[in-house]
Amino acid sequence: MMRAGFASLLGALALAVVLPATAAEAPPDLDRMKADVRDEASLQSGARTFVNYCLSCHSASMMRYNRLQDIGLTEEQIKDNLLFTSDKVADLMDVAMSRNDAKKWFGAAPPDLTVIARTRGTDWLYTYLRSFYRDPATLTGWNNLLFERVAMPHVLWTLQGQPVLEVREFKTEHDAEAARIQTSSFSVLSAQGEGSARRYLLKTTRVQTPGQLSPAQYDAVVHDLVNFLAWMGEPAQETRKAIGIVVLLFLGVLLVLTWLLYQSYWKDVH
Amino acid sequence: MAAPPKQPVNITFLGPLNASASSLLTWIDQRFPLMENWRAHLAEYYAPKNFNFWYYFGSLALLVLIMQITTGIFLTMHYKPDASLAFASIEYIMREVPFGWLIRYMHSTGASAFFIVVYLHMFRGLLYGSHRKPRELIWIFGMLIYLALMAEAFFGYLLPWGQLSYWGAQVIVNLFGTIPLVGPDIALWIRGDYVVSDATLNRFFAFHVIAVPLVLLALVVAHVLALHEVGSNNPDGIEIKNTLDANGRPLDGIPFHPYYTVKDMFGAVFFLILFAIVMFFTPEGGGYFLEHNNFVPADQLKTPPEIAPVWYFTPFYAILRSVPPLFNSQFPGVAVMGISVLIFFFLPWLDRSPVKSIRYKGPAFKWALGLFIVVFLILGYLGTVPTNALGEFGPWLGNAERALVIARIGGIIYFLFFLLMPWYSRIGKTRPVPARLT
Repeated sequence: MMRAGFASLLGALALAVVLPATAAEAPPDLDRMKADVRDEASLQSGARTFVNYCLSCHSASMMRYNRLQDIGLTEEQIKDNLLFTSDKVADLMDVAMSRNDAKKWFGAAPPDLTVIARTRGTDWLYTYLRSFYRDPATLTGWNNLLFERVAMPHVLWTLQGQPVLEVREFKTEHDAEAARIQTSSFSVLSAQGEGSARRYLLKTTRVQTPGQLSPAQYDAVVHDLVNFLAWMGEPAQETRKAIGIVVLLFLGVLLVLTWLLYQSYWKDVH
Repeated sequence: MAAPPKQPVNITFLGPLNASASSLLTWIDQRFPLMENWRAHLAEYYAPKNFNFWYYFGSLALLVLIMQITTGIFLTMHYKPDASLAFASIEYIMREVPFGWLIRYMHSTGASAFFIVVYLHMFRGLLYGSHRKPRELIWIFGMLIYLALMAEAFFGYLLPWGQLSYWGAQVIVNLFGTIPLVGPDIALWIRGDYVVSDATLNRFFAFHVIAVPLVLLALVVAHVLALHEVGSNNPDGIEIKNTLDANGRPLDGIPFHPYYTVKDMFGAVFFLILFAIVMFFTPEGGGYFLEHNNFVPADQLKTPPEIAPVWYFTPFYAILRSVPPLFNSQFPGVAVMGISVLIFFFLPWLDRSPVKSIRYKGPAFKWALGLFIVVFLILGYLGTVPTNALGEFGPWLGNAERALVIARIGGIIYFLFFLLMPWYSRIGKTRPVPARLT
């Protein structure tokens, strides 16, 4: 009786754990990228892309130019190559555009990007920047497969080229899912219609007019850019881990010492 | 009434400094009850010798409290309680204040650690009947500490001025707004404005850094004084004061200092290792200790799709959400949630078992407590996800949302744990309690 009660209890618990994986609406299957904020070459390349393409509209207003010394750049290099909007390396990465103007021009003020990687995550950013496509129906002429009707145009289009949306129709969810597994790039699966008219749509993007870079090169540029955003989200993250290891070693020694102290005091307690 | 003249203090462990240390302490002791308190609360406070793992959490809670106050002092040196500056000032601390990131992460991880430690400390009380007569007041002071801690956490959570800070505060203040008749005025009074704003941030800052910490410290003193008045309980639930030696000292007691000070030092280091692992390597705690959406500055015009409280409030939040509105008012849910917290105050009188410790209680209580813990954890999980996260039941249950139904059942079990305690704590055969500690 009691055992049965306990079993059903465990069952309920298991249900609570298993259900979200199956019944919840599946979040989009993001393309994965592995951030490595110790890779200085990648961070420097990302910083260059960031300053050249992002910083004209987006600010990183809690980040100073001279902090870029942490990723292996000298003050001279920063001054000569990355400083467009200001003349002091100790300045914050602000933009001249006011939030009100931005709102008027784009419909939404471009968010500050200092900690964007901590909000969105690197996989999301990596997928997002590779999912723009041409869409004449929008204000900017661009749309995004991950962030539908986003106000931001495809700023990196000269690099990537001009992708277009590709929609494939399937009669069964199984076929659509099979095709989705086959596609290498980010895709969105949706359904429309009822009964026998129900169709499954698999949306992907495909570069129609090539840009300056090959798809692989473009992916690498976006990878470095997102890597830079990941670093900028918390510039001290590697220091944090390094100090953490030292602290843990110290605490490990202290643990042994306090254990010995405890045991030696307690040997006369019976 | 004149006190008897005090004995001179005699220090013997400082070698050549013994004489000067002794005379200094004697000088102090003649003007301040130094040795008296030292003896009453440490050197001659007799604690049962059989404290186990569960008895670490009291001293750990004190450790975390001190850590929160210390790191908090340094944070206030750089933080700006101003709606237009607050968010950036946190990032300033994270980036430009030397070791600011360390102080900030200690404080944010410490908040979650505080609740973990306090929940385990309370669970210890439930296990061994530490709230039973004559320790009711210790429990009540402890519950008041818990309430103050909730307030402290709530006020503090607004300060980073992120999206969840802002909307979380909005939601919780609105809970008070549901009180019939006076609710809207109370909510307005708490906020100091019609929405959460700069005025709210300023007053929450005042509450967080001075008002509530003062209350918290006073309550901690009361909690410890009440404990030292009646003496500590132990895993056997036996009063060690019932068996004294020739000098009137408990036979099963050992002086808190040095025995438990050295033991707690070991426990503290063990805790700090776990703490450091989280703080240095995953300070966001998987999005539970620092939520992703809180890295977005507060925006009054953009309600986030999901507003969930921080994990330590989620069991109560799940209960709140599971209560259907009545006469178009959310107040029943708010009231039920309030009761679900306050009902803990009555535990000393709800438990009617002839024995204190779970070691000697009958199976009914063990099962009830086990079930309660499981339900508390399930409710805690449900509070972190939207009500549609688990899908819906079929038409046979009116397509009700699964998470909501499970939370309702959980909520009922939660309250039955308390309401039926006077009954189930008395049934079943208890095991005989030994006269001395085992």
